[in-house]
Amino acid sequence: MDILQLLISGIANGCVYGLIALGFVIIYKATEAVNFAQGDFMMLGAFVALGLTNDQFMNLPFWISVPAAIAIMGVFGYLFDMTILRRMFGQSQVAVIILTIALGFVLRFMAGFIWGHEPISLQSPIAGKDVRFGGLVLGLDEVSVIIVTVILTFGIFLFFSKSKLGVGMQAASQNQLAAYYMGIPVKRIHSLTWALSGMVAAVAGILFASKGSIEPAIGFIGIKAFAAAVIGGFGSLPGALLGGIIIGVIEPFASRFVAAGYSQVAPYLLLILILIFRPHGILSQVHQKKV
Amino acid sequence: MRTVFKTSYDADINYFKHGHQAFWYLLLLVFMIAIPFITDLFILGEMTNLLIWSLAGMGLMVLVGHTGQASLGHAAFLAVGCYANTLLQERLGLPFIISFPAAGVIAGLSGVLIAIPTTKLHGVYLAICTLAISILMEDIIILGEPLTGGVTGLAAPTIVIFGLEIDRYLTPDRFYWLVLFVTVITVLGYRNLLRSPLGRSFAAVRDSEVSAQAMGVNVARTKAVSFGISTAITGLAGALMGQFAGFYNNETFTIIISIQLLLMIVVGGLGTIHGAFLGAIVVTLLPPFLAIMRDLTGELFGAGSVAIPGLETAIFGGILILFILFEPMGIYGRWFKIRTYFELFPFYRRDMFRRQKSYLKTERMR
Repeated sequence: MDILQLLISGIANGCVYGLIALGFVIIYKATEAVNFAQGDFMMLGAFVALGLTNDQFMNLPFWISVPAAIAIMGVFGYLFDMTILRRMFGQSQVAVIILTIALGFVLRFMAGFIWGHEPISLQSPIAGKDVRFGGLVLGLDEVSVIIVTVILTFGIFLFFSKSKLGVGMQAASQNQLAAYYMGIPVKRIHSLTWALSGMVAAVAGILFASKGSIEPAIGFIGIKAFAAAVIGGFGSLPGALLGGIIIGVIEPFASRFVAAGYSQVAPYLLLILILIFRPHGILSQVHQKKV
Repeated sequence: MRTVFKTSYDADINYFKHGHQAFWYLLLLVFMIAIPFITDLFILGEMTNLLIWSLAGMGLMVLVGHTGQASLGHAAFLAVGCYANTLLQERLGLPFIISFPAAGVIAGLSGVLIAIPTTKLHGVYLAICTLAISILMEDIIILGEPLTGGVTGLAAPTIVIFGLEIDRYLTPDRFYWLVLFVTVITVLGYRNLLRSPLGRSFAAVRDSEVSAQAMGVNVARTKAVSFGISTAITGLAGALMGQFAGFYNNETFTIIISIQLLLMIVVGGLGTIHGAFLGAIVVTLLPPFLAIMRDLTGELFGAGSVAIPGLETAIFGGILILFILFEPMGIYGRWFKIRTYFELFPFYRRDMFRRQKSYLKTERMR
């Protein structure tokens, strides 16, 4: 029973990593860029929701502020692409990586300036309640994290494979020039992708903030989400979730069964091993480039 | 504009294009040597710090600027060099003159060791892998406590070269000259590397792996060698950084330092040795500059000087975003454009340095 509870809290944690990883993967899938600030996007989304909901700030009802926070982050993502990234169209991948790292620094500073550096948790109705399945006691927050994540991943998976916009996004990343010729508005699609990823980051942030507390430096868990995305296979949506859950489950088990000090190494060690032996992840999508 | 008549093939790869250039660099060198005589201790310390950062920047520049491989993990190799230098001196009793180069060699070998499995990776994957290495290094330092002192850290011993004591605090001028000497030697080595076949194969790999391969360059080996040279120089910088700090532990070489190093060379200008120095100037002079500005504004508005956490990194991030958007070639690129403008006056065209845009194609199948 103990192990089962450890497993479920691990999965819930992993789902948050998976959601952040989902944000990376959406952007990577559609624009071939990598957003190193995705963790900070999540942090920002959480703080926006928190600033709208908590009574020391704006004190709006939870069910109004959540869609509002998601919408704000969507607009933020769209504007970020439209104003900054569009100017870099055609520059190398590494330039985008460096730009988003710098953006992460700026966002962290802004969040700290506005909401302070003390850890705060979101006053949400799902925090601190229990659900009982027989003898198993689970936090309502953990259960809702898992449910929301699975629904969201499935929805985005369908969106990418079935909807016209999703297919357009994939086409835009496969070959930008060809996509232009086919009449796909590549630039607008890029902005929409960033908006979508911002919205996913907001959801991740809201779930994370109702599970525990957040502070501006929390964006660093984006690095674990990276590990998740790579382990799952960069560019694969179910892979991102799978990788997130693997990382999330390994963490509590490692800290339980492995000597202290060695346990926090586990996710990164796994990442490096995967990169060495199966560089393109478990659900690989890359094939050898032909000249 | 000066026209250089090339009368031999060597003219293409000479250290200096013409005598005037040599004169200016020599003047700069004389000025740098004279600095301890003309400044106070604070500025001397800042200059030492600047040179150490430039050294680390040159290390990363070999990899990022000249071989085109992004690394977010170079703080790990700073740590390797730093700990190796101190441990060789304290545990094995080696003199600094042996332990210092040995620290570079150890850092270089550990870099090659890491490069061998990662040469298959490129772009994003390499960046993430090196990021993970940088994070792991902090934990490794804690785990290797009997050797590294863990959280308590280590103190760097006083350097003794042929009976001459060099201490960061007691004889800052000697320490400065030591750092300057290492930097000058590294710059000369770096210049030499760039004009050798190896250096040119680095550039070939950066510009196109496929065409480099077609020209007979062993891409995997070139990348591994580049990683090794890069981490060796970084290791040397790390050793000096440890001596400069005097005391360090697992939190001295964090992931933030790695990222800052990368951002530094981008601001300075990727692919040029000048870029490492210009970037280091920005990185090392920004904090004191901000402190002075804060005091000034504090006096103006009557409020005390309030420290705002994260302000430095945020301003640095802002500068970097502006650079990537408006001047991707960095400070050195801007200087180069301005100089060309005056050299060619009035024939400078706006799109002279415009780079060809490339349209993305993915390697994924779905």
